[in-house]
Amino acid sequence: MSLLPLAIDLVLALTLLWLAWRALNSPDLFRAVVLFIALGLVLGLVWVRLDAVDIALAEIALGAGVTGALLLAALAKLQPAASQTDELQTAELQTAELQTDQAAVMAPIALRLFIALLLLAFLAGLGFAVWQLWVPAPGLSNLVEARLDESGVAYPVTAVLLNFRGYDTLLELAVLLLALIGVWSLSTAPHLGDEEPEPALAALSRLLAPLMILVAAYLVWVGAYAPGGAFQAGSVLGAAGVLLRLSGWRLSLSATGWPLRLVLVLGVAVFAFIGLAVIGFDQPLLGYPPGWAKPAILAIELAATLSIGAILAALFIGGRP
Amino acid sequence: MFVSLMSVALLVAGAVFFLAGTLGLLRFPDVYTRLHALTKADNLGLGLMVLGLMVQAESLAAAGKLLFIWLLLLAASATAGQLVASWAQGKGIAPWRG
Amino acid sequence: MSSVLVFALAGLGLIGLGLYGLLVQRHLLRKVLAFNVISSGIFLLLAGLARRAPGAEPDPVPQAMVLTGIVVAVAATALALAMMLALRSATGRTRLEDHGDED
Repeated sequence: MSLLPLAIDLVLALTLLWLAWRALNSPDLFRAVVLFIALGLVLGLVWVRLDAVDIALAEIALGAGVTGALLLAALAKLQPAASQTDELQTAELQTAELQTDQAAVMAPIALRLFIALLLLAFLAGLGFAVWQLWVPAPGLSNLVEARLDESGVAYPVTAVLLNFRGYDTLLELAVLLLALIGVWSLSTAPHLGDEEPEPALAALSRLLAPLMILVAAYLVWVGAYAPGGAFQAGSVLGAAGVLLRLSGWRLSLSATGWPLRLVLVLGVAVFAFIGLAVIGFDQPLLGYPPGWAKPAILAIELAATLSIGAILAALFIGGRP
Repeated sequence: MFVSLMSVALLVAGAVFFLAGTLGLLRFPDVYTRLHALTKADNLGLGLMVLGLMVQAESLAAAGKLLFIWLLLLAASATAGQLVASWAQGKGIAPWRG
Repeated sequence: MSSVLVFALAGLGLIGLGLYGLLVQRHLLRKVLAFNVISSGIFLLLAGLARRAPGAEPDPVPQAMVLTGIVVAVAATALALAMMLALRSATGRTRLEDHGDED
């Protein structure tokens, strides 16, 4: 065995830890958020090294992309005045804020030390548990392999998500919807100003938005036999929504009423309807009748993709229209 | 043999450009010159790497996808560079004059 | 020492760093970041455990769980940030009330 891959992985792992430390302890919030986005990107590389291409896709689009956009948007709302004042004032403002920050931001040093010691003990215990578990075990992969033919798709991860562990995915879609309801009940959508977007950004989003929709459709389809599927496709759609929003595009008023809400609940509704309807065909809840698994999964994935994309974009806009 | 040699040469050349771009990002004096390092050197580096991977690609479709990734990145980094530069200009940051 | 074990240990490290940040930092945005670092660490640990058998195909069940988890983490982050902004517009503060604080 060559040592080079191991060396690369060690460097990646150390980079992860260093970025996490800097992201959590950098005094400047903007820097912290940017470091966190970098952490997500490096994590995407790690997923590729672990042969988890699906997770890498989701991590880059969601963990780094959409989460980063959410954090930056929240940061911009936290410091609205800073961009208006000129540079010198901003710098002064920031140092003043920093000093008050340093005094009150962190727990006292004795408490920090105590917490660190406590956490080290906890981590040692967790590490020991992982060490005990570290015997080669196939886990559930043999079971999945044996029943893959009945699942309606040829790719194990998609089979687990939409057939074997359909409950998880259904409830996850419900969690997404709940989060959006929470966000909507906290505020109304900020009014978009009439200022012209950057021409370059507007041109890029005109170019990319149709392309992203195409990529999303491709990802849903390819999920049947290769890495891809509703989550990744939905993330790409959501990212397209974020991009369009940033370049000043908005839904027409006639579409923000029930049409928007219909798209948002479509994923949960179709999944729950199919999951319940199969009971009429002598199947357990969420158990597809033989021969019907593939069309059922395709219908659920298409609906879920639309809903995930719409929900992510709505979460970014943040607030009831 | 020839194909893999060519691929290695292209990948190494790409890595050299990336290294130069990173060096520029770290060492250049202001935001505009740093953007210059990022958008020019890194895009060329990635182009060379994509070319190096394309000669190894199993099918025409795979090679096409790689080329497509490069074109997308060109569009994205050109836009990002433009956005950062116009933000900096809006803030009144004067270009560095050696 | 295999690469997978390296990443599982890195996952442990991320959990530790994240928990420390969650407990020590008071700014709510930093707490949200810390929470995301913890979830990344847990995902790495899970995916590492899915690949214990050397050379074999990775176990698809933990992979699917991690995928689900990433989406849920994004939704939770969005909700947490919205709650932080609501707290800020209601009280002007970006940290939670603390009995030891004078403000």
